[in-house]
Amino acid sequence: MKIAIASGKGGTGKTTVAVNLALSIQDAQLIDCDVEEPNCNLFLKKELEQVTEVTSMIPEIVEENCTYCKKCSDFCRFNAIATLPNKILTFPTLCHSCGGCIMVCPEGAIQKHETITGIIRKTSADDENGPELYEGLLDIGQTMASPVISELKKNIDPGRTAIIDAPPGTACPVLTTLEDVDYCILVTEPTPFGLHDLKLAVEVVRTLEIPHGIVINRSGSGDDSVEEYCMNEGIEILMNIPHDTKIAQLYSEGIPFVQEMGQWKEKFIHIYSSIQDRYGREIEA
Amino acid sequence: MKQLVIISGKGGTGKTTITAAIASMAENAIIADCDVDAPNLHLVLEPEITEASDFHGMEIAHIDTERCTGCNICIENCNFDAIYTDHSINSCKCEGCGVCEYVCPENAIKMINNPSGSVFDSMTRYGPMVHAELMIGEEASGKLVTAVKEHASSLAGENGAELIICDGPPGTGCPVIAAITGADLALIVTEPSLSGIHDLERIIQVTDHFRIPAIVCINKYSINEENTKQIEISCKENGIIVAGKLPYDTIPNKAMIGKKTVIEYADNEFSENLREIWKTVRSELCESP
Repeated sequence: MKIAIASGKGGTGKTTVAVNLALSIQDAQLIDCDVEEPNCNLFLKKELEQVTEVTSMIPEIVEENCTYCKKCSDFCRFNAIATLPNKILTFPTLCHSCGGCIMVCPEGAIQKHETITGIIRKTSADDENGPELYEGLLDIGQTMASPVISELKKNIDPGRTAIIDAPPGTACPVLTTLEDVDYCILVTEPTPFGLHDLKLAVEVVRTLEIPHGIVINRSGSGDDSVEEYCMNEGIEILMNIPHDTKIAQLYSEGIPFVQEMGQWKEKFIHIYSSIQDRYGREIEA
Repeated sequence: MKQLVIISGKGGTGKTTITAAIASMAENAIIADCDVDAPNLHLVLEPEITEASDFHGMEIAHIDTERCTGCNICIENCNFDAIYTDHSINSCKCEGCGVCEYVCPENAIKMINNPSGSVFDSMTRYGPMVHAELMIGEEASGKLVTAVKEHASSLAGENGAELIICDGPPGTGCPVIAAITGADLALIVTEPSLSGIHDLERIIQVTDHFRIPAIVCINKYSINEENTKQIEISCKENGIIVAGKLPYDTIPNKAMIGKKTVIEYADNEFSENLREIWKTVRSELCESP
């Protein structure tokens, strides 16, 4: 089954929950979909090998064929092409790769040009210790995270458990990550900021009709408003991770706390079994 | 007029806490919340909305089922898998490119307006503020960030403001690039965790790429003083000023719960450090061309 870890607000502990959960259960895949800032491997510290490059198609103008008729720039809704009287300019970072400019050009003056926007990496095949990690990495200066996430998710093995670390926010990259997951763990912190963004995240999972539960991180560092909200909305609180200097220090050193505080492993296994029992799909033969 | 943007790469390092504090120290400034995915600044600054405007992102496709003959040419040409096999549109996936409208032989597809959020011009106890709401799952968060900044610029013009303070989103992608475009200085808030350091390196690559001058502030430094030292050394090696350090403390949460900035909340080491940070940031801003 596919379990996503999401949050709305950044820095609430998505990666912490994803990594510790993946380390606690058997034979998991860990899919780091925060392709703008992938951090799971800072905790696993594995050698990664490249699986594939993510490319997108951008227009390349064959200027000797171009008559500067403006049909391409008029068609492009992303302002990625500008036609001047004797010059045509393209802005690759604005291009969404729809292919429209190529279709509308009456002179055949636009070619497809592949550009790399990111890469997908994984733990090497002979590394059998711990979860199998896949991560996507968006190139610096690139704007389009979603295509990297879509490509990354193709590596999910439907026969295994995938723990999916989502990016923060509520926009397109989050929706691409959450599409077709079986369950979503929302991680929050007990503060007004945490609660505000939790409500946005709950709206997302409700819209997508994904079953969900909450992990409260740094529990005890703020107020009770998150717990009250969950009670009023009938949302299950799966776990409280206390506000604890030792956990914060281990985090800062990139050490998953289940490795140093063994009792937590049981708690993560318990969460997993209870999700699996209720929401796990029968694997189709 | 100068533009300061507060970013971090990693989420939860304290961008909004520090932005709110700067808003309460800066004079003659416009405040802009450019984290339109998960805006929080209004929770502390409690703006009163003076004007709300609808924000339209990209238009999206609409298929007229009466005219549609089910030929699938639209589906074959859509690069975003945004058209279901029953010829309805997945509005989350539709990027609004207009290719389906162009290729449809029956003229059954029209691009229609898509309300995707709101921009608010507001007033706070520290001056005018612009913030926004993005409808869930909307595509155009970078475009909405740009709209927020445009509103902030015109408010700055009307008010003769000298500074726009932008609270930025986490990450390195579309909304971040929209937020830092045109900024005179980026204040990068980091923390001394491996994740914080990793994301700091990535966000500095982004500010370098777009040639935005950057300055760093280390929050929660007492969690790991060894890593803090490492950040200071690597900033020095790369010619980046560290404007200051803030300890790991419960003050930001307490202030937030009381809807106060950390400057308003109490005079202590924390607020004192922040005043020093603001002094450095201000003088860097003055020196920027």
